[in-house]
Parts: sequence; structure tokens; C-alpha cells
Amino acid sequence: MGSETAAPPGSHEGGASPWAPAPYRVVERAQETADTATLALEPVEPAPPPGFVPGQFHMLYAPDIGEAAISISGAPSDPRRRVHTIRSAGRVTDALTRARVGDVVGLRGPYGRGWPLREAEGKDLLLVVGGLGLPPLRPVLYEVLAHRDRFRRVEIAYGARTPKDLVYYDEIQAWRARKDLRFQVTVDRAGVDWYGDVGIVSQRIPDMRFDPSSAVAFLCGPEIMMRGSAQALVDRGMSRSSVYVSMERNMKCGFGQCGHCQFGPYLLCRDGPVLPYSSVERYFALREL
Amino acid sequence: MPLPSAGPPWVLDRKDLGLLLASLRSSGYRVIGPRVRDGAILYDEVKEEGELPIGWRDRQEAGTYRLQRSEDLRVFDFHLGPQGWKPYLFPPHHLLWTARKDGGTFRVESGATTDGGPLAFLGVRACELAALRVSERVFEGGVPDPTFRDRRATLLIVAVECSSSAPTCFCPSMRTGPEVTQGFDIVLRELFSPWGHRFLIEAGTDRGRELLQPLPLRAAAEEDLADLEAQRHRVREGIHRALPVEEARGVILANLEHPRWEEVGRRCLACANCTMVCPTCFCSTTEEVPSLSGEETQRYRRWDSCFGLGFTQLHASSVRSSIPSRYRQWMSHKLATWWDQFGSSGCVGCGRCITWCPVGIDLTEEFAALRTKAASTGSRAGGVPA
Repeated sequence: MGSETAAPPGSHEGGASPWAPAPYRVVERAQETADTATLALEPVEPAPPPGFVPGQFHMLYAPDIGEAAISISGAPSDPRRRVHTIRSAGRVTDALTRARVGDVVGLRGPYGRGWPLREAEGKDLLLVVGGLGLPPLRPVLYEVLAHRDRFRRVEIAYGARTPKDLVYYDEIQAWRARKDLRFQVTVDRAGVDWYGDVGIVSQRIPDMRFDPSSAVAFLCGPEIMMRGSAQALVDRGMSRSSVYVSMERNMKCGFGQCGHCQFGPYLLCRDGPVLPYSSVERYFALREL
Repeated sequence: MPLPSAGPPWVLDRKDLGLLLASLRSSGYRVIGPRVRDGAILYDEVKEEGELPIGWRDRQEAGTYRLQRSEDLRVFDFHLGPQGWKPYLFPPHHLLWTARKDGGTFRVESGATTDGGPLAFLGVRACELAALRVSERVFEGGVPDPTFRDRRATLLIVAVECSSSAPTCFCPSMRTGPEVTQGFDIVLRELFSPWGHRFLIEAGTDRGRELLQPLPLRAAAEEDLADLEAQRHRVREGIHRALPVEEARGVILANLEHPRWEEVGRRCLACANCTMVCPTCFCSTTEEVPSLSGEETQRYRRWDSCFGLGFTQLHASSVRSSIPSRYRQWMSHKLATWWDQFGSSGCVGCGRCITWCPVGIDLTEEFAALRTKAASTGSRAGGVPA
């Protein structure tokens, strides 16, 4: 598997419990959509946080409530700041999205295996993104733009349910204005005030420009969207092992010991969340696995 | 007397068994062993020999467990009870840490990993030793679990080889028993014959040898070894259930869409008994318990089960909403994908899940049903991964 990790997954210093969160302060907050916010966190302690690679996640802790696995959506080059985009979907994420600048939350990790960015060097890179799949891929974009010459064509197709559900709106405008990447946006449904494409994101794939024999694709979004998109890429001649997906399941520990995130043979927190489509295709097809 | 060494096993007379217990206790161990409680044999602290289930037997079948008095006074004549040793190394409910508010932030203090001094397990069977090895891979193979690690590090194991078998046993086909061959500090083999009531006793480690030192032992004689051989033969002869460990992974993975999952899933109550009694099931969840004052909050780890609806909750729904999907997850994890995750089988053939299933689901029978169909349709290759 070509996935990458910065430190050994779930590594922690000395004899500290792997379950113990470290306090992080909210230093910046942005409301992305009605139910989604982006928090920039910095450690309360002077020691810098451990490094991470795009695609890894943290266990974020809402004090007195609990923890949730949240992917890292900031730049890996930032030495102190750890950015997360969180949608309110339960008690923990609801509390996290309501955190204000100055509040302290907990963080442990990073965990998991990230996107195999190195494998995409010298090749075309495709990002096919659905909904809140964009935050785990934003660190990839930051890395690609920081080292743009290492990649050939960079194509992004991002789909959201409605225009109101698009995250990073201003940043997307800036990305769309660039000449060195192509960033397509589509929404499932829209009012007449929407000037862009309407349709599911996998429908953009026939229109993406890439060399199927020398391209790597990263897919992140709802399972049905990833499944359809992976198939569309395979239909265009891509190899299943060059298509990567990021899987999501309930997680309690982050280091392979609570059993919640099993997906067939994989413990997604440890063996994923990023896996090649060639490894998961069979399990995608099984209901309620 | 010199330290008993390898070579012919030693014999401890039945009347001297209490001396072994005393030797363990005087060496600082809290001895956990079998005791009759609540109509079953459970593992709890044992301070005196008389607390052991002397003269008790159990009758087990799928969905049935009954204790009864036996005609003789053998000490370890019973089979596995529901509990296993798991709670002593992986507590069912356990404080992970306490966070205290501290000037706008919080400080985290990890919970104690041990519960008093070192433990000695008295009466660990071969399949349970195998379960312990499986748990070591889970809890110490990657990021070590501090609680398991600290308790395991000081643990002393006094194994007991089974002198009879229950109808629910299938350790031979799982290659985990019934003979005790490894992983013990001391092993006892209870012999009861016209030659007398005694234990063959053997040390597997230096620690074990030291503990045997104060005991009045004699070298085993020919009749002792002959009794053991006959007993081992009887035990194996008595085991009729089977689930071949070499075939398990391949058969399961080739049959993930077999109609049998639906069938067994409709009988399954999703009560989670099998996962609670299983000596290797390790799934857990966490609980947040804030204090009333709001000044501190405690985080606990609690056993969880893949049979619960909330286990796979993701956003507003659960991935495994049907019971058949949860049964498939449990059995396919135990027998197949455990290999991929931890490099071993997750099943050791102890049979507890069969006995304690309230509707008598028998995983050896379920496996046989999958295998029969697999054989007729041609099974996909894929046994134990190299």
C-alpha cells in the first residue's frame, strides 16, 4: 500500500496514556455553512504538535462531552496550527462547531494512513470530492500548490448538495482563478441564481483531463459517491490501484483497539482511512459490512 | 531441595495443593481462581484451598449450563465458566483518565492501570492460554494498552490441563488444546485413579520453579505418566465439535453473501452474550462522566459489542442496521479478518459462545453450513495468510 504516515500511527511520548488528549486553544473560527465550522487550534503547551500528513485525522475532544474522529484540513507545513472542519452531526461535533475563539478543546493523534501523495509525483493528480470530503483533501491541495512543479495536470471535481453546502467558498474562488489547476464545482440541486453545473460529481469525470495510464486519483465523500466515481475512473482506463478512497466509520480509539472502525479486514483508523480502491472494491459491494 | 528442573515432571499430592496456594500468596500474588458463584464457576480471588470448586462439575450444551455435584472430590473437574480471565487484564469498566479544569484549560491525569499487586491466575486452561496470546497481539502488538501491559507484565500463570472435556469444546481443531504445552509459569495436571489423587506439576519459567521450591514434590513415576496419557486420550476422545482453523478464513471470506447469514441472523437475538463471554473479544467504547461540580470529568472505557445497533453509528444511522449483518461481522471477524488485523485466529475453540447463546447458536454448526455450500460451489482459495 502506498499510503503515508508522518509518525507511527498513534505514537505518543513516553509513558503517557494513548487515550489522553492534550489541550488545544481555538485561535480562529470560520462558519462554513449553516451546520459546519472550521476551527484552527494551537496547543496550550509550548511544545509543537506532532507533524501529520494529508489524510490523517485527530480525535478531537469536546470537554465534558466526548470525542470524535475529525480529519485534518490545514497545511502540513504549519508548525503549530491544526485546522479542522467539523459538521454538527451529534453531541460532540455539535459542541465542537459551537466552540469560540479562546475556548480550549482536546486533541490526540494524528492517526491513520494518509494520501499517497508521493505516488502522484510526475503524474496527473485527480481529486474527486463530495460534500465534506473536501476538508481531508485540502491539505493535499496545499502540498500540491507548495510543490506544483512535482505534478503534471491537477484536476479537481467538487460536488455538494446545494450551493449553500459548499465549504471554503472564498478559497475555491481563488483556486478556480488559477491557471495551474482546474477546479470544477457542481451541486446536486440549485436555484436559478446558481451559475454553475448541476449534477452529481461523478458526472464530471468524463470531462476531466488526464492520462489514465499515468494518473493518481484521490476520492473523498459519501461511500456511494466514491463507489460511482471510482467506477467512472476505471471506465476511463485508470487502474484500480491508482484510485484511492478515504473511508469513514465510527471510531473510539484511533489506534486499532476499540474495534469500531472495521471494514472487512481493515481497521480503518490503523490501516486506513485512505485505501486503494483495489483493496476495497469487493467490500464496497457488500451491504452493511 | 534443588530447584525442580526440566526433566521428568514432579508430583504434588492432592493434600498439598493448599501449599501451592500459600506459596503464591506469600510471594505477594493476589490469586485469582475458580469459585462457585451465582450458579456458575467464575474466576475470583481465592485465599484458601477450600474456596476452589472441589467436587463440582458442570453440564454444558448449546444454550445450557448447569452445575452439579460430582461423586468424587476432584478439584478441577469442571470446564469453562462464562467469565474467562479477560476482565482481569481488560477490565469491563475502567477509568482511562480524569481531566481537571485549570485556569481556562484542563489537565489530564491517567487512571491507575493496575488494581493492587501482581495477579496469579490459578486454573488457566489450554484454550485460555491461547486466548491470552491472542489478546497480547491485540493489546500489545501495536500501540500498547497501558492497563493490559502493566497487568500482564506481572502476571503469574498457573495452568491446569483439562482432565475432561465439555460437549461444547472444539480446541483440537483450533490447534489450541486440550494439552497445555506452552505459556505457563506452572502447570498442574490433576490425576485421579487407583494410584491416587495427585497433580503432575511442572514449571515453565524460573519464576515458576522458585514457587515450586517450598513444595513437597516427588519425581513422577511410570504409573503417573501412564495415567496422564490415558487421561489425555480420554479428553480428546470426548471432543466432537470441530472448526478447522486452517480452513476458517478461506471459507468465511468466500461466503460473505451466503444465505446462511440471514438464516442465523434471524435466530440471533443480538444480546451480545457471545461477545461478553468470548475470551478474545476486545471491542470497547468510551464514556464521559462529568462531575456535578463541573470541575472535573472522567473518561471510562467500557466493553462494547458489535451486536449493538450503536456500534457502527455514523452520523444519523448505523452501518450494520440488521442483525444478520452484525452476526456476519462477529463471526467473520473472529474466524477470518482477525488474521488480517492481528495475524492469528480470533477464535480459540473454547465453546463459551455456544454455551451462553440463549438460543443455542453454535458457530461450529454455522461454519459447517457455510463450508458445505462452499464445497459444492467451489470455494475461493485463501486459507491462513502467510
